[in-house]
Amino acid sequence: MTETTGKAEFAVFEEEVAHNPLRRIQHFLHAYPTVVPFIVLLTGTVFFAALVGGKFFAPFNLSLILQQVTIIGIVGIAQTLVVLTAGIDLSVGAIMVLSSVVMGRLAIISGLPVELAFVLGLATGLLCGLVNGLLIAYVKLPPFIVTLGTWSIFGALNLYYSGSETIRQQEIAGVAPFLQFMGTAIKLGGARLTYGSILMVLLAILIWYVLNRTAFGRHVYATGDDPDSARLAGIDTGRTLLAVYATAGVICSLAAWALIGRIGAVSATAGGTANLDSITAVVIGGTSLFGGRGSIIGTLIGALIVGVFRNGLALAGVQVLWQEFTVGALIIVAVAIDQWLRRVSQ
Amino acid sequence: MSAPILQARDLVKRFGRVTALDHCDFDLYPGEILAVIGDNGAGKSTLIKALSGALVPDHGEIVLNGEKVNFTSPMDARRLGIETVYQNLALSPALSIAANLFLGRELRHSGPLGQVLRLLNRREMQKQARRHLADLGLLTIQNISQPVETLSGGQRQGVAVARAAAFGSRVVIMDEPTAALGVKESRKVLELILNLKKRQLPIVLISHNMPHVFEVADRIHINRLGRRLCVVDPKETTMSDAVALMTGAKKPPPETVH
Repeated sequence: MTETTGKAEFAVFEEEVAHNPLRRIQHFLHAYPTVVPFIVLLTGTVFFAALVGGKFFAPFNLSLILQQVTIIGIVGIAQTLVVLTAGIDLSVGAIMVLSSVVMGRLAIISGLPVELAFVLGLATGLLCGLVNGLLIAYVKLPPFIVTLGTWSIFGALNLYYSGSETIRQQEIAGVAPFLQFMGTAIKLGGARLTYGSILMVLLAILIWYVLNRTAFGRHVYATGDDPDSARLAGIDTGRTLLAVYATAGVICSLAAWALIGRIGAVSATAGGTANLDSITAVVIGGTSLFGGRGSIIGTLIGALIVGVFRNGLALAGVQVLWQEFTVGALIIVAVAIDQWLRRVSQ
Repeated sequence: MSAPILQARDLVKRFGRVTALDHCDFDLYPGEILAVIGDNGAGKSTLIKALSGALVPDHGEIVLNGEKVNFTSPMDARRLGIETVYQNLALSPALSIAANLFLGRELRHSGPLGQVLRLLNRREMQKQARRHLADLGLLTIQNISQPVETLSGGQRQGVAVARAAAFGSRVVIMDEPTAALGVKESRKVLELILNLKKRQLPIVLISHNMPHVFEVADRIHINRLGRRLCVVDPKETTMSDAVALMTGAKKPPPETVH
């Protein structure tokens, strides 16, 4: 604020003129935070294309990356909603696996019509999300602790109900091929575009719309940004949180559908890394763990970054441990950039 | 004098063993700026919270425009046209100026776009936001979609005041609007307050800053020990008298006690 008097000067909401180029970059990235992960994705793609040559850009390989990213992308969309409210959901992977087991067992072992089994699977995700949401929004327990607890609880229920048994691919294909639908693909030249990937994109568009074009979306951002201010501004933050965790639960059960399609079978032990992978995608995608900032498109890019780096390093013959190393380094860099961008307003 | 627009009688609020409001009265008349002052712990913020719906008094009644009201949340008070500018401003830093002005009462498109798809009418909100800011002389905002966190303290205060003025059809309550500001920015906020008064909007101003209070207030409500001690006219009272009354060093003149 300039030290001048008079009504006009007060009214000037001028853009701060940043002379320092670093400050200018900081301001630009603060306004457009998705640019960072986008540049990383672009750089990574170019780098691996140069490193491993044509086979990286082969349609088959690109569609393979997309397939590998699909589950984490969908779960990441759910995680983004939660993280935007300054929360975290450690139970997303457990909800996904429990939902897939419910769908599979009801349809194949119990012999329910597959549509009913599917809807009950979605209901399982909704119920799990509601449990998380009620404990967080109304019992006012910290999200980390609640979902750490429900991660174990949903996991235990999954083992109890499934008896750790896997339902094999042929059994599902015989009775309930609908559950494998997300694994079927449209062939475009050498590329295989699965319906699961299409589901991920459609979900991303839907949730982007909700976050950016509806009042509820603004309330999600405001609740994560400053819950006290949001409440005083008239937002029912409790209801907003409950809706976010419940929606996240349903999205996880849609990820369950994609998971069955991806592996063909229903396994009680599949998707074990989905919890942390989804948080990785969210963080690398530029969404702030402190809430109120971030985007769905960022998360999809974040998931793609992980996919591209893993795939590129694998094609280059680099050991798996260095893939993990790289992803870990990316997470820390992403959080460091977020902290730096947050200081823009100080 | 005409009938009060906002009135409170016999308000009591206890927190455990502490009595924050002890049979407190309050009167605000149309078109005036009423300052509420008091020492720390005199109950002024509890009084203001009761009037703005942020807390429910244990006893007593609040009358708005001659009708008894029961506020159980700030939303109740807002629906009846009482807007509050809180000390923390209640703005969401990462959201834009326009989004903050309409936070919690967003406008949707008419027809199926709004009713079925819940689509926000962002253009209309930006248009109205620009008009509300212009009404208060905060006109030359270059970018109404810039996040509030990029604004200075005084500019943020301006956004919060504009929001209250835009929706406060009956009463605007301001809690320490100049406390966090420098000299120059405080001046602009005082100008804003006088601007609101010109629009016939009655204002309740809570402040510790005696020069500011004496500059803009029409009447000064002095709270002491959880109740209204007296109401004085700033033109007939000195600042040191007001402080003496506030701290109990001086007894109020009988004609000022209601």
